[in-house]
Amino acid sequence: MRYEATLTVNGVAYPVELEPGVSLLAAVRDRIGLTGAKEGCDDSECGACMMLLDGKPVNACSYLALQADGREVTTVEGLASGDELHPLQTAFLEQVGVQCGFCTPGMLISATALLTQNPSPSEEEVRIALSGNLCRCTGYDGIVKAVLSAAGRSG
Amino acid sequence: MSGTFVAAASVEDAVRALAGGARPVAGGTDLVVGARQGKRALPDDLVAIHAIDALRGIEDVDGGLRLGALVTHEELVAHPVVRERFTALADACGIVGSHATRAQGTVGGNLMNASPAMETGGPLLCFGATVTLASEQGTRQLPLDELFAGPGETTARADELLTAVELPEPAPATGSCYVRLEYRRQMEIAVVGVTAVVTLRDGKVADARIALTALAPTVRRAPEAEAALVAGDVEAAAQAAAAASAPISDVRASEDYRRAMAAVIARRAIEAALARARGEEVPIPASPALHGAERRTA
Repeated sequence: MRYEATLTVNGVAYPVELEPGVSLLAAVRDRIGLTGAKEGCDDSECGACMMLLDGKPVNACSYLALQADGREVTTVEGLASGDELHPLQTAFLEQVGVQCGFCTPGMLISATALLTQNPSPSEEEVRIALSGNLCRCTGYDGIVKAVLSAAGRSG
Repeated sequence: MSGTFVAAASVEDAVRALAGGARPVAGGTDLVVGARQGKRALPDDLVAIHAIDALRGIEDVDGGLRLGALVTHEELVAHPVVRERFTALADACGIVGSHATRAQGTVGGNLMNASPAMETGGPLLCFGATVTLASEQGTRQLPLDELFAGPGETTARADELLTAVELPEPAPATGSCYVRLEYRRQMEIAVVGVTAVVTLRDGKVADARIALTALAPTVRRAPEAEAALVAGDVEAAAQAAAAASAPISDVRASEDYRRAMAAVIARRAIEAALARARGEEVPIPASPALHGAERRTA
């Protein structure tokens, strides 16, 4: 059976019709067409699919899309303002926090959640906050530096 | 995917759906993740309970707390009363999964999933928690130790919804700690976990509660270890905790290793609970801090 729902992603309301088992990640990527968030492990281990749901981080591969009906979803596409990158995105570029890029959308969302809660984290706090996000290129140092650098900039 | 889905707006909506055979989903961090991992298929009929306002919130009740079933791990670890008086629960909630798991996962889900390795079970057992179960027939209250029936199994009927967890006020001069053996900091499941809750009187242990996690088919208390601690012998209590365990061998650890580590983790939990009861600072969550200290001196 299919159910009607409205997913509000990055401030835009998308009416969708979904089966109960469809994940938030599948709905956003395949039905809405925003492919920034990635499918890595598909069982909540790697964080590549991370989005914000009402401002809180969620592994979208393992969250039912129908449970996001009427709520605010933020994906990596929602971070920049027009052509102006989010300070975290700029910092990732400057500090070489990106190699293959597959983990980057999840890393950026995870870091956004951290900085919203804790605007000037220590390096240890950044590492703990990002430890649900795996980088198979093992480029963690650049990523951690980027988050610390963005925190300094906005704080 | 021919299943049905109901978004419940009230407990009444939810228990009606349960009576019709649906299964509840809140944060999805066990149910949906388990389905993705292929452990157990998603139930055909689902009732989403995440939007039921009556199941939210942490309330002060006569010096104790009432936790709505939807209270998240993140909310618990941030709550000042939980940190101050139910510290072992804050230790446990602070190390569940990753920050995404803690933001979405709920205390009701953690208990009803009934994993022997659940983080919240040991602290809640030691603090004497009572759970409220609701169905179309009404509500009933159950001491938490009567809820757990086996790995992944509870004594709740399929038409019952856990709505709240109540914690009585701890005695003065009570300190508590939950410690787990872990191989990594986040997205980890307890290899071995021990909770200790101690109450001091005239500098001596007047009351002790010790619970084992990932060491038996359910999270459970270890009365022999508690008696040894009241008799004043920390080492005997740690050994009794290990002796009371009935662990399994699995991909994360062998039975023998788990039993050997039970004594080590029990000792760390007991010593940290005693320190907190004396008013000394032990960081929350205790687990990484205690293991970190050990590593630095090794």
